[in-house]
Amino acid sequence: MRIPVETFRLENGLLVTLSEDHTAPIVAVNLWYHVGSANEKIGRTGFAHLFEHMLFQGSAHVSSNEHFELIQRAGGTLNGSTWLERTNYFETVPSNELGLALWLEADRMGELLPAMTQAKLDTQRDVVKNERRWSVDNQPYGTFLEKMQELVFPPSHPFQHSLIGSMDDLSAASLDDIAQFFATYYSPDNAVLSLAGDFDSADARKMVDDYFGPIPRGKTRPPLPPMDLPPVFGKRLRELVYDSVSLPRLFMAFRSPVFGSQTYYAASITSAILGLRRGSRLHRSLVRERQVAADASAFTFDLAKGTDLLVVDVTARPETSAAQLEEEVEREIDHLYREGVSETEVRRATSLIETDLTASLQSAGERADRLSMFATYFGDPALINEQADRYRAVTPEQVNEIISERLGENNRASLIYVPKEGVESEQMLAAAGTG
Amino acid sequence: MVTSLRPKPGPARSYRFPQFKDETLPIGVRLITAPVVKLPIVTVLVLVNAGSTSEPRGKEGVAALTAAGLLEGTARLDGAQFAEKFEQLGTSLESGADWDSAFLKITVLSNKLEEAVKLLGDAISNPVFPDREIERLKGERLAEILQLETEPRGLADEKFSEFLYDDESRYSRPDEGSTESISSLTRDDVEQFYRSNYNSGATTVIVAGDISSENAKKLVIEAFGKWPHGSSRQQPLSVKARTTRKRIHIVNKPDAPQSELRIGHVGLPRKHPDFFPTLVMNAVLGGLFGSRINLNLREAHGYTYGASSFYDWRRGAGPFVVSTAVESDVTAPALREILIEIDRIRDEKISAEELSLARDYLEGVFPIRYETTAAIASALATMAIYDLNPEYYDSYRTNIRNVSEDAVLNAARTHLHPELLQTVIVGDAATVRDSLTDNSLGEVTVHDA
Repeated sequence: MRIPVETFRLENGLLVTLSEDHTAPIVAVNLWYHVGSANEKIGRTGFAHLFEHMLFQGSAHVSSNEHFELIQRAGGTLNGSTWLERTNYFETVPSNELGLALWLEADRMGELLPAMTQAKLDTQRDVVKNERRWSVDNQPYGTFLEKMQELVFPPSHPFQHSLIGSMDDLSAASLDDIAQFFATYYSPDNAVLSLAGDFDSADARKMVDDYFGPIPRGKTRPPLPPMDLPPVFGKRLRELVYDSVSLPRLFMAFRSPVFGSQTYYAASITSAILGLRRGSRLHRSLVRERQVAADASAFTFDLAKGTDLLVVDVTARPETSAAQLEEEVEREIDHLYREGVSETEVRRATSLIETDLTASLQSAGERADRLSMFATYFGDPALINEQADRYRAVTPEQVNEIISERLGENNRASLIYVPKEGVESEQMLAAAGTG
Repeated sequence: MVTSLRPKPGPARSYRFPQFKDETLPIGVRLITAPVVKLPIVTVLVLVNAGSTSEPRGKEGVAALTAAGLLEGTARLDGAQFAEKFEQLGTSLESGADWDSAFLKITVLSNKLEEAVKLLGDAISNPVFPDREIERLKGERLAEILQLETEPRGLADEKFSEFLYDDESRYSRPDEGSTESISSLTRDDVEQFYRSNYNSGATTVIVAGDISSENAKKLVIEAFGKWPHGSSRQQPLSVKARTTRKRIHIVNKPDAPQSELRIGHVGLPRKHPDFFPTLVMNAVLGGLFGSRINLNLREAHGYTYGASSFYDWRRGAGPFVVSTAVESDVTAPALREILIEIDRIRDEKISAEELSLARDYLEGVFPIRYETTAAIASALATMAIYDLNPEYYDSYRTNIRNVSEDAVLNAARTHLHPELLQTVIVGDAATVRDSLTDNSLGEVTVHDA
C-alpha cells in the first residue's frame, strides 16, 4: 500500500508536499515549523509552546480567536502542538474550504506581529500556566516528561529542559521575545506544508503559491548546540520521586538510535516486543504471570536528533513495593539482554506495527502530519511509504544486536515514583485544622 | 505580503455516510455491514446487550469483568495463547463494557480478517473464565480504583455521579465497580452474568472496512454459529436524582494547585425528540472551542486551559455537565461565570452568528468524523444501541440545519435547570471554601478525598 506523494519548493524556501485522496470531500492542511523547546534560550523554558498559543491570537487580517472560529464555521477541526524538535499547526476542512485554511496559515506565517498585544500575551500566559497545573502539577506522574528529560540529558543539552516550562520563565516572557522568536523561526524556509485529501493538484499548487509565495525568506537561524551523545549513558542513572501518587511506577529509559536511522526500526521493534499490547514480554510476565504490575508498556520518543529514548513504563500492583517493582523490571530486561528475542516475537511486533500504520493512514490529518514529519526531519516526505518495508526487513539478529548494544546495565535510567502517603496525611490533618 | 482578501468557499462536494446493510441472521445475531474500500483494513465490533446497567445490585463491575474475561481463554487456548494468536495476526483488540453494552472490537488487515474473526467467535462463544485470571483482573481494577484517589479528573467525575444520582440509580455508582463490589465478585458471578446476558438475540456484529457484505456475512455465520440462541432483556433503569436542592460538594485535596469542577444535573436519554436542538444549544453553551463558556473562562479570563459542557448520552438520562479545572484562587468567580452563562442561554435567544457557527460546524465536520473503519463501526454501534432509525446518518445534517434560534431557546429553557445544579469541587477546601460566599449554588459540604 502506497499513498501518492508530490513535492515541490517555493522560491522562499517553503517545502510543500501533496497527497491526493478523493474518497471523502475533506482535506488536511498541516504545517511543521522546525522549532521546538530545544531552540529555547536560557531563562525562557516553555516559550516555544507559549508561542504556539499566541499563533491562535490573530494576525494582520485575522482577529483574536477568529482562526478557530473561521475553521469551525467552515466545518473543520484544528489544533497545534509543540514538541522538543518541532511545532505543528493543522486543520482538516471540507475540501471546498481549502483556500480558507491555506490563507489563515499564510497570514500568520507572514504577518503575525501586528496582532500581538500585551493583553493577549498575559491571558495566554495564564492559560498556559493553567495547562501546566492541569497536565503536570495536579496530575499523578504528570512531571514524568520533565523529570525524565532532566535525568537523561546532560545539563545544557537542548533536550534537557522542560517543554511546558517553569512558572518563572513563563512569567518572564515578553512581547519582545515573541517578535524575536517569530523573526528567527517562523519563516517559510523553516517550515513544511503538507496537504492530504480531496484536492486537485494544479489548483492546490496555485493556491499555495498565491498565499505563501509573497512571504519573504527568513534570516539565518542560530544553529542548535551540539546534540550528539554517546550511544549509552555509561553508567546507571536513577532518581526517586516521592509524590502524591497511589501506586509506585517505574519509567526506565535507554538511549536508542535516532528516529528514522538504519537501526531505529530494530529499536522500535525491541520496544514493541517489550511492551506493545498484552502479548508483550512485560505484560505477559509482570502483569499476567507474576501479577506484580497493574500495567506495563514501552515506547520510543522518536527523537530525530542527538539520541532517541526507548522507555519502559510499568505501574505496580498495590501489594508491590517500588523496590520490588524495580527488581522485577530489571530482571526482565536482564533476561532479554542475555537471551535475546525469537523470530516469533519479531513477527508479532512487526504485524502489530503494520496494522497500526495502516489504521493511522486512514485519516487525512495523520497522512499530512507524517508527510510533514518526514519532510522536516529528512527532507523526504516519500519516506511515508517506506515505513512498513523497513519494519518488515528487520531480522531477529538486528534486534539482538540493538539489545546487546543498548539494553545493558550501562544504559539504564530509572525514574521511580513512590507514593508519599505519610507526608500526605500529615498535611491533610493540618489543612483540616485551619479550614 | 499575504493578501487581505479572504477566500470564498468553492461549491461543496457531496458526501454520504457509508452505505450499510442491516439484517438479522438465521443464527439470531443482528449483522450490520459497511463495505469501505480505501485501505486494506477492517474493524469488527461485537456488541452485546450486557453493559453495567444490566448488572444485579451489589454486583457492580461484573459486566466489565465479564467482557475482559472473554479474552482469558477457552478450553482449547489459555489467555496468553489467545493474545499471542491475535497479535501474530497483527490484531488490535479491545474488550470492555460501558453503561449500555459490552463490546469486543478488533481492527486487522483484511488478509488476516478471516482468522481473526474465528478467534473472536471462539473467545465469545466458549469462555472458561479461569479463576486465577478473574482474580487477576479484579486486582487490576482495584489498582485502578486506588489510582483515582490521587487523580483529580477521574475523582471529580466519579464523585459527581455519586452526588447527582439517587442510590437506587445504577448511574450513582462507578460503571466498572467499587472496591467493595469488586472485592466480593467471584468467577461464578462472572459465569452467571455471561449465561444470563450473552446470547444471539442480545448481540449485534458490525463489520466496517475492506470486505463485501456477503463475505462478512459468511465469516460471521461461521464464527458465531455456535452462539446460544436467546433474546435480549432490558432491566428497568432508575435515573432518579439524589436531591432537588442545589448543593456544593468540596472533595478536599489539600494544597491542590487547581480546582477540578463539575457542575450539572440529570440530562436526557439519547433517544429524545429534542436531541438535535439540545445538541446545538450545548455547542453554543460549551460544546465548541468558540462556545460561550470556553471563551469566557479561557480567553476572556485566563482562568483555565479549557472549559466545556456536554450531555453524556446514554440509554437512560445521563448527566449534563460543565467540566473545567481552574486555578484554586479563582474557583468562586469561575463558578459565577458558568452560572451566568447557563442563565443567559435560557434568558434570551442566541445570535444568528452563534447559531450559524454551531450548525455549520456540526454539519461540516460530519464527513471528517467517519474517516476510519473504527469510527464508522462506532457510529453504527450508536445507531444499534440506541435504536436510532436507519436514516439517522443520512438525515443528520438536515436535522442540524433545521434547528432554529427558537428551538435552541426552547431546549435551553426545557433542558437546563439552574435550580437543580449539583457542584463538585475537587480541590483545596481551605482556599476554596471561604470564597464561596454568595450561596447561589447552595449549601456547601466538605468531604475527605
